[in-house]
Amino acid sequence: MKLKILAFGITKDILGVQKKEVEIATGATVAALKDLLEADFPELKKLRSYFIAVDSEYADDDLILAQEHEIAIIPPVSGG
Amino acid sequence: MVDIKITADELHVTECLNLVADPSCGGVATFIGTVRNHTKGRQVVRLEYECYQSMAIKEIQKIVWQAIDSFGVKNVVVHHRIGTLYPGDAAVVIVVSDGHRDAVFDACRYIIDTIKQTVPIWKKEVFADGEEWVSAHP
Repeated sequence: MKLKILAFGITKDILGVQKKEVEIATGATVAALKDLLEADFPELKKLRSYFIAVDSEYADDDLILAQEHEIAIIPPVSGG
Repeated sequence: MVDIKITADELHVTECLNLVADPSCGGVATFIGTVRNHTKGRQVVRLEYECYQSMAIKEIQKIVWQAIDSFGVKNVVVHHRIGTLYPGDAAVVIVVSDGHRDAVFDACRYIIDTIKQTVPIWKKEVFADGEEWVSAHP
């Protein structure tokens, strides 16, 4: 399946784009997506931390992803 | 009353104070986060803020309702600015009003501390000689 990924902050710089399509096995989890992203973009592993959000909510590693989800990479936040 | 806004426009503290004005409230606490002109000895030229708007609004709503549940406060305003900001500009204004001072101080503190931990807003510091996403690396 194809997933549409949004990237913000430093992860936008690391991916080089704000929106990216990623091909991954149907039924893949958040953890599998992180593995795939880290393989393509090793700089992600140097961050203090990062999370995946699904439909505007922080997602756990075992959440199963679907094509219709809005998925975002959330690097360490620094608002305020 | 709850009013939450993320905007590229200048923030107005008086507007926020007017929003919480309530004759039943004897205490109003305000926190204003402004842009510092230095970080770790380096001079800051400007900050560039960006956010994941739909999620940021949701996360601020959660924080505000947690504050209302925990501290029982009556009125809360959170306005956060994004885009390009310069030293002295207000980046965030939080105003809380309620009957008494203890609850409004506690709620205001809780809201700013938690915004900094969970709300998907990011700032890049631009120095005279480089730039850096704040908190990105250990």
